[in-house]
Amino acid sequence: MNHKKEIAAKYIFMFFALASILAVALISIFIFAGGMPALKEIGIIEFVFGTKWKPTAATPYYGIASMIVGSLLITLGAVVIGVPVGIFSAVFISNFCPDRLYKVINPAVNLLAGIPSVIYGFFGIVIIVPFVRNVFGGNGNSILAASILLGIMILPTVVSVSQSALRAVPSHYYEGALALGATKEQAVFKVVLPAAKSGVLAGVILGIGRSIGETMAVQMVAGNQPRITFDMTKGIRTMTTNIVLEMAEAADLHRSALIATGALLFLFILMINSLFFVLKRRMNSEH
Amino acid sequence: MNKFEINNLDLYYGNFHALKNINMHIKPNTVTAFIGPSGCGKSTFLRTLNRMNDLVEGCRITGEVLMDGKNVYHNTDVNLLRKNVGMVFQKPNPFPMSVYNNIAYGPRTHGITKKAQLDEIVEKSLRDAAIWDEVKDRLHKSAMGLSGGQQQRLCIARALAVKPQVLLMDEPTSALDPISTAKVEDLVMELKKDYTIVMVTHNMQQAMRASDETAFFLLGEMIEKAPTGKLFSMPQDKRCEDYITGRFG
Amino acid sequence: MNTKVKQVMQTYRRSPFSLAMRVMLIVSIAFTVGILAFILIYILANGIPYITPSLFSMEYTSENVSMLPSIITTLMLVAASLVISMPFGIFTAVYLVEYAAKGSRIVEVIRLTTETLSGIPSIVYGLFGNIFFVTVLGWKYSFLAGVMTISIMILPLIMRTAEEALIAVPQDWRQASFGLGAGNLRTVFKIVLPSAVPGILSGVILAIGRVVGETAALIYTLGTMAKIPDSFFSSGRTLALHMWVLSGEGLHINQAYATAVVLVVIVVAINALSGLVAKKLQRR
Repeated sequence: MNHKKEIAAKYIFMFFALASILAVALISIFIFAGGMPALKEIGIIEFVFGTKWKPTAATPYYGIASMIVGSLLITLGAVVIGVPVGIFSAVFISNFCPDRLYKVINPAVNLLAGIPSVIYGFFGIVIIVPFVRNVFGGNGNSILAASILLGIMILPTVVSVSQSALRAVPSHYYEGALALGATKEQAVFKVVLPAAKSGVLAGVILGIGRSIGETMAVQMVAGNQPRITFDMTKGIRTMTTNIVLEMAEAADLHRSALIATGALLFLFILMINSLFFVLKRRMNSEH
Repeated sequence: MNKFEINNLDLYYGNFHALKNINMHIKPNTVTAFIGPSGCGKSTFLRTLNRMNDLVEGCRITGEVLMDGKNVYHNTDVNLLRKNVGMVFQKPNPFPMSVYNNIAYGPRTHGITKKAQLDEIVEKSLRDAAIWDEVKDRLHKSAMGLSGGQQQRLCIARALAVKPQVLLMDEPTSALDPISTAKVEDLVMELKKDYTIVMVTHNMQQAMRASDETAFFLLGEMIEKAPTGKLFSMPQDKRCEDYITGRFG
Repeated sequence: MNTKVKQVMQTYRRSPFSLAMRVMLIVSIAFTVGILAFILIYILANGIPYITPSLFSMEYTSENVSMLPSIITTLMLVAASLVISMPFGIFTAVYLVEYAAKGSRIVEVIRLTTETLSGIPSIVYGLFGNIFFVTVLGWKYSFLAGVMTISIMILPLIMRTAEEALIAVPQDWRQASFGLGAGNLRTVFKIVLPSAVPGILSGVILAIGRVVGETAALIYTLGTMAKIPDSFFSSGRTLALHMWVLSGEGLHINQAYATAVVLVVIVVAINALSGLVAKKLQRR
């Protein structure tokens, strides 16, 4: 009797555990199947490398090259801004931070991760966009504004992953360097940081993932024009914002093309995440 | 009649042959001590008696363990077996709840829910474990606040509360100070009137003081088992003699 | 000048690299903490003066742009999504930690899928919710579609924190429970889960934070209707969605600030609570 109950319980728990497998399966199937008609009709090459996006024109064009460029450019900008600041902050927290200060800084980093995208986006609208407009010209809704904003938004990710990588470096590395007469800074930057490089890189990769996947904050400050430009003060559209901007009115092929955009984004993210896990695993095996 | 009869017992963890062809009889209402260097298999063997090794992945057992003539590895309700064969662990491990609930956990597991009955069991178990006077005023406070020695006697009381026939003790005093150790040893000698006790110990003085029979283990084999006085005064096996005279271990 | 300062100065004179790095460190951490403080203070300073009773009217109109309906919708969404994702997240963790054989195939697969789920961007969840719940199942923009989408989204977070909390429960307690003849089920519900409550709770609180702040996954599932949903099949908008609509319109900038204040205060409170629970966990 009791025995039966135990066996039943095991299978019930297993049933709940299978939900996450089911969820991933459903998401993959519906996203890829939903994008399939568009890819068939438009052609993968035309879809990915086409530079014109005019889904509602008399002769519609469905090329998302400009949005791929947009996602990559904005992310590159975010990395340039967010990664150095993030890594230096992580080094400070893990090796230079007095305990009293840590009690303030650690919750601050957590809170930075907890602030909703819309709040960041709103902050972008009222501060960063006017700042870009006044300092660099243009109307402010631009690649640069989005990059600055995303640079801030990926900070907590870069900081917390790098910080745990730095903490995992055995202390004898650091002590050994000090014993050779290195200053604290030399010991940390020339010995500890290189030893933690896989983990720090994993943090950067995760930050890139966050940045490519971010939607609302980017939509609020990036201008969203579907065009290819390398002028940082001009607006651009990303894969994520393409979906959120047009999903409301899209039907048929247009809708399918938006879903295909999502599928491509999903693929990007899967690749980035796999890279992240490879690096994380390497980090765990290093020390 | 013997309480336990172990015949041709072998135990493997994966490919590791941890216990080799063990044969042993344990008499009721005695204290049997297992001694031997660490890693010799004495704890592993103790845990075959209430099937705690079932929880270890990749563990495989052949041979038979008869309790009152019945094979505990064949057609036995494990939970009922563990109710009858109580266990006290090396490190005191009270649950993070009140003293009362710690003791009542076992009886409740086996279906006793009446408050009056539970009260009675709790008091009796705590008295039997010689800790009643120390905790009677704080029954409803957390057991985590007790000292290490008190926690261990609480764990003994908890094991007694399900009315077992056998009590397995896995180095019960290794984490305790000498005074607490003495209290637990006195308790063991008191308890053997009502229970069969099997105890693993790292401490040969303890085996001499508290046990009736002693078994010496080495590298997964049981080398020698004899009445305690005899084993320590005239060990038959050379390896046993070397161990008890302190030549290794 | 005291000798300690002198010594430090000397070190830096000998190694300009060290000085440069020290400066970068201080500038960077000051930026990281400073930007947070700036965002919070800027929003509070500009928003608090515009928090008026009319922003909390029961009915939303385009004049009063009341946020109360969206606050209530947010609470409903949080409650409903926890009802779904908590059992799934916690029981998955129980299965992984207490039942499944370590390193078995199924454990690997479940771990891989939860890691995948936690990496998927919210817009992809929104897209999936729109395709599956809104269109295929025909639920339209509805509370239910929003709840289901967001429940899947927070599942990996709850699952992972619960798993960590269960792993942290000392093995000794399980042994003691089994040793008394308790089965797996009793051990899990009476010993393991109660001791893991703080850890599980801190994950749940983080998940609440995610739901409160989420927009991209909800726009095309829950929709953006500015009223409290009166059934599982009617649309609504959460506070974060409301905030997005307001700031996109550009008509009610002061009210947008005020709404941002409320959203920020809620998020800060949730974070503080989670930190507090986590600290309680450490102390034990």
